[in-house]
Amino acid sequence: MVQNLMKGLLALCIGLGIAQGAFPAEPASTEKPAWLPLAQDDLHDPEGPGIKFLQEPAESLSTLPSDVVGNRVNWVRALDKGFIDPRINLYSNKKQKVLDLDVIRRKTGEMNMVRFPHRQHTEWLDCTNCHEWLFKSKAGATKFSMFDVLKGDFCGRCHGAVAFPLTQCNRCHSVPRRVSATPAADAGRK
Amino acid sequence: MRRLLKLAFDKHAAMNWRLLLIRALALWAALLAFAGPASAEYGDVVINNYAETQGMRPVVFPHWFHRIRFACKVCHADLGFKFKAGGNDITMSKIIEGQFCGACHNGNLAWSVKNCNLCHSGKPGTPTQVHESTSQELAVPAERGKK
Repeated sequence: MVQNLMKGLLALCIGLGIAQGAFPAEPASTEKPAWLPLAQDDLHDPEGPGIKFLQEPAESLSTLPSDVVGNRVNWVRALDKGFIDPRINLYSNKKQKVLDLDVIRRKTGEMNMVRFPHRQHTEWLDCTNCHEWLFKSKAGATKFSMFDVLKGDFCGRCHGAVAFPLTQCNRCHSVPRRVSATPAADAGRK
Repeated sequence: MRRLLKLAFDKHAAMNWRLLLIRALALWAALLAFAGPASAEYGDVVINNYAETQGMRPVVFPHWFHRIRFACKVCHADLGFKFKAGGNDITMSKIIEGQFCGACHNGNLAWSVKNCNLCHSGKPGTPTQVHESTSQELAVPAERGKK
């Protein structure tokens, strides 16, 4: 246990050390403002002739349910609560096929198991966006690890790019494993 | 943050080097997210496959603006945009023919291609990227820290 504690401490030191090295004098309290004006966002050219015509993020994002990461918008809630009503098709009125099916991924090491809710995903996406080229329909048939996700594959195609970032571990790893009386039984379950 | 710290000290953890690495990276990313320098919106995509070599500013595609108005599947299933920044071979001639951005940016659903500077609005020299992505946060903090 002491050894584990030491390793945890080491991980913390690495994390802190790198962050400190990159931003030595910046206290954690100086959070970045939620929505920067486009001309100051370091991505748009402030000299560009078009910039004054573009909508500022704060104008629309400040009216949506808030979040602490990403665009500071909880997009799933915004859709659920009717704050936004995005078009599903460009021209037809075909209704979106929503699938209410949760998939639990059990092989997550010592992390909580992952619950993948189809409902929230199918309200935005089409089945073919993920199936069968990226994820097989058969539960457990698609093998991938957190490293693949961090590299931007599988869930990481969206999460960490436009959907909530990969620093939000517990939003996916949300289902606790029942703790067994003996460690051996636990190991067998993984 | 507290949860991350708790995670790092979890005594039940079956520790190994991969886990340590993931935790260190997660902590690092969390700290960057809270203490990092100000920057553009999460999910902003810069497309500079051809723009600058053709004398135009890079394109900035704001995901936040578009996802308020359209579900992901409209572009990523119906219009065939791949989930990869720079992975779509988009040219102005294809757009004018109604492919990719041109499915809406035709003067009918959205502004037409004549408004060059509304899309080509990026800072010159900005490479193709998904801005603020987690992997970007993990990969280039040292460079960003220099600014």
